Amino acid sequence: MSSRRSILIGVLALTVMAAGCGGGSSSTSGSSGGSSSASSTGGGGKGGTFTILANSNWGTADPAKNYTLQEWQLLILTHDGLVGFKRAGGTEGTKIVADLATEVPQPTDGGKTWTFTLRPGIKYSDGTDLKASDFQRVFLRQFTVPGPANGFYEPIVGAAECLKSPKTCDLSKGIVTDDQAGTVTFHLTAPDPEFLDKLGLPFAFAVPGNTPLKDTGNNPPPGTGPYMWDHYDPNQGAKLVRNPYFKEWSADAQPNGNPDVIEYKFGLTVEAEVTEVENGTADWVFDPPPADRLNEISTKYADQAHVNPLTADYYMALNVNVPPFNNLQARQAANFAADRAAYVKIYGGPSLAQPSCQVLPPNFPGYEPYCPYTTNPGDGQWHGPDIAKAKQLVEQSGTKGAKVAVVGTTDEVGKALTEQVVADLNAIGYKATAKLLAGGVQYAYIQNSDNKVQVGYSQWYQDYPAASDFLNILLGCGSFHPHSDASPNISGFCDQTIQDKMDQALKLGLTDPAGANKLWAEVDHDVTDQAAWITMFNPKLIDFLSKRVTGYQFSPQWYFLIAQASVQ
Amino acid sequence: MSDVAALEQPIAPLPEEGIGSGAVAGRSPWELAARRLLRNRVAMAALGLFVLIVLVSLAAPLYAEHIAHTDPFVPNLNGTTEVDGKQVPIMQQGGGALKLGVTPIGPTWHSNFFLGADNQGRDVMARVLYGGRSSLLIGIGSALICGLVAVIVGLLAGFFGGLTDTVLSRTLDVIWAFPVYLLAISIATVLITQGLSVGPFSISASSLWLPTLIIAVVYVPYVARPVRGSVLSVREKEFIDAAIAQGASNTRLMLSEILPNVISVVIVLLPLMIATTILTESALSFLTIGVQPPQASWGTVISDGQQLLYTRPWVAIAPGIMIVLTVLSLNVLGDGIRDALDPRAKRRIGRKAKA
Repeated sequence: MSSRRSILIGVLALTVMAAGCGGGSSSTSGSSGGSSSASSTGGGGKGGTFTILANSNWGTADPAKNYTLQEWQLLILTHDGLVGFKRAGGTEGTKIVADLATEVPQPTDGGKTWTFTLRPGIKYSDGTDLKASDFQRVFLRQFTVPGPANGFYEPIVGAAECLKSPKTCDLSKGIVTDDQAGTVTFHLTAPDPEFLDKLGLPFAFAVPGNTPLKDTGNNPPPGTGPYMWDHYDPNQGAKLVRNPYFKEWSADAQPNGNPDVIEYKFGLTVEAEVTEVENGTADWVFDPPPADRLNEISTKYADQAHVNPLTADYYMALNVNVPPFNNLQARQAANFAADRAAYVKIYGGPSLAQPSCQVLPPNFPGYEPYCPYTTNPGDGQWHGPDIAKAKQLVEQSGTKGAKVAVVGTTDEVGKALTEQVVADLNAIGYKATAKLLAGGVQYAYIQNSDNKVQVGYSQWYQDYPAASDFLNILLGCGSFHPHSDASPNISGFCDQTIQDKMDQALKLGLTDPAGANKLWAEVDHDVTDQAAWITMFNPKLIDFLSKRVTGYQFSPQWYFLIAQASVQ
Repeated sequence: MSDVAALEQPIAPLPEEGIGSGAVAGRSPWELAARRLLRNRVAMAALGLFVLIVLVSLAAPLYAEHIAHTDPFVPNLNGTTEVDGKQVPIMQQGGGALKLGVTPIGPTWHSNFFLGADNQGRDVMARVLYGGRSSLLIGIGSALICGLVAVIVGLLAGFFGGLTDTVLSRTLDVIWAFPVYLLAISIATVLITQGLSVGPFSISASSLWLPTLIIAVVYVPYVARPVRGSVLSVREKEFIDAAIAQGASNTRLMLSEILPNVISVVIVLLPLMIATTILTESALSFLTIGVQPPQASWGTVISDGQQLLYTRPWVAIAPGIMIVLTVLSLNVLGDGIRDALDPRAKRRIGRKAKA
């Protein structure tokens, strides 16, 4: 369970970005989704220690390298980017606002040049001044450390060469800085409408210009945020204290925090974590509460729990290049047979998951409800499996009796979902079996086309709020890399007509985000019709807090905004 | 002294007819051992318990079909069952304001869902019984295969000595050098993705043969070494020289002269090996690299129950109890067989304990 949150599952293939991101929508103008039921339990004062419990650590603490939600929730408190996602609950939290830059610029040169001007007088937590040239270092480190998703920044001039040869990386033509004027100018090889979203991620957060060009491990470099790192010990915990040099310059981008100290403690079982929070000896359980404590939380501690929908998918990828699912009718049959009510129960019931048939999650740019694989279709909602229709399609496809291996994971949810899908496929005439692999092994295994995986269980959580982060990355032609373990298009799906529409939406995003989102909605429905996935559900998240915590806010981008809560 | 007297007693049971009454019916060492074993009430009770567990496990299909009326291999998340005359959902939605979570039905102590359901709505009792079939089959199967391979390796190494002994013994040493569970987990993790293919033979990843063979292989050194030691000792005996003088071939020497004199080593170890292999199978299955779904073993059922320990502890406790009873009965039985085949061993152990 913990892996669902400790790792942002969007482990993005670097090459995907090069292949797919030619244009797109900007979230600067806001996303089209609704509120994610962010809630607040009243305001609170400053001070105190906010104690967080987690079963395990987050690996390296270097912002250039770390790719976990767990540390990102702290890095946004210790560091800043040129721009950032608004520090607010609900859909407001998906908006890009100026952070270290004075304003969010408009691109020039047909979308290929972005110039930012730094706010004056900002210092790092070690007292040194923020300089424009520091951003040379930030992006150089992306290719020398290297960053796990440095493909995000491949559109920068020179970055493609840096990816191939990090030791000779030269971004001087792609990033031009002027310390006197405080300007940072990015030159891109092609317009990238999601460039601002990418600059808002911790990979692009400012660090001093003398930061080593290697992973700093347990010693994150100084940052500019309201907190600074006191220590990080992967065996014990971590502690953030106030940054004495911080002065609030934008409440939207980087508001001052409420607790004086934010402390992480590692090593307890999740059961013990829940008990500690119930007893008030800790304030928040980072890990999702275990399944058999949910009823207890729901009945005895409901006022301390907050449930929010996530912009994420749980799905089974159907390999469109391997029998029997190289047949459209077979794929559609599998979708009609899918018992999404059962999948939802496995995840914890309707309070914790919402059945879905499509790729884009609710409250996401381009989302328009659509579900053709249900009894009584038409309202975009899933009502139940249509086994008769599924059996009919299996007969028509001529694939009845085919052997199907469903490759799932060994964790509780992955195992149960895999077994349920096996049962669903057997119910319509296939001879399905489950093959369970440990999560880390399984994800690479199902991506590699050499393994001829027929059905692979996977999940996807947004990196940033843009439809292409789901559709183009997971089902675009450019993200299918045969014979590679890094091929996020697990289905191997490539429909040139749909790809053309995606490319068109990407280009339109730079000038007409609303129009682009309409196009993305069409793409979403098109790929759903092609049934390259069995989309199972969109998950929700429980945050379980101690009684003394007030001011809870949930951002779709950063989830629980820790520093905006208060401890009494 | 009383212990020693008790041990000595069955060794020389004079026939009632007496020496002078005519032909004396000779008793083979095996017959004497069987008599000793039959007199050991604790060992017999353990044997009875083990046989009972085997029979109950073999009856799993009958239980599932005629008593529980369920298919324990198919998820049943949307199903209902009758409790006290009312239909209730097998998976029950959480209560309270947030209605979080779904909890499987607990023990009904009736025919349906006697021990409740697991997190996929399947009958736990039926799965525990089916799990027994898999665990026992793998445990016994791997112990037998291990014993067979170990006897062959031990015989060859001990009898031929020289290069043969060096090669075989060093190979055993290599396997021995790895911690058993680490080696088993490593092999299982590799093979679980593709299964095993050797020439014309192919075993799928979901086959019970895969964990059976993996477990058998990792324990071979633990049986082959004592067998080799016994062979080294026996081949120096005079009767072997006599057989050689009579022109016996190597094969005959090994199979007819040496093997009968070292087989007791394997027989003593067999129950203990079965107990050990059942534990190993449970561990591998608990780690999801043993028996593959939808098949059940005691290890997989415990794994399923791990997340339900707080609300539905019987899911994990029931297979745990079965493992404890099985392993306990086999260990006690193994001790009894050892005492029966080698009474001096018990005497030695008794002296050590007193010292």
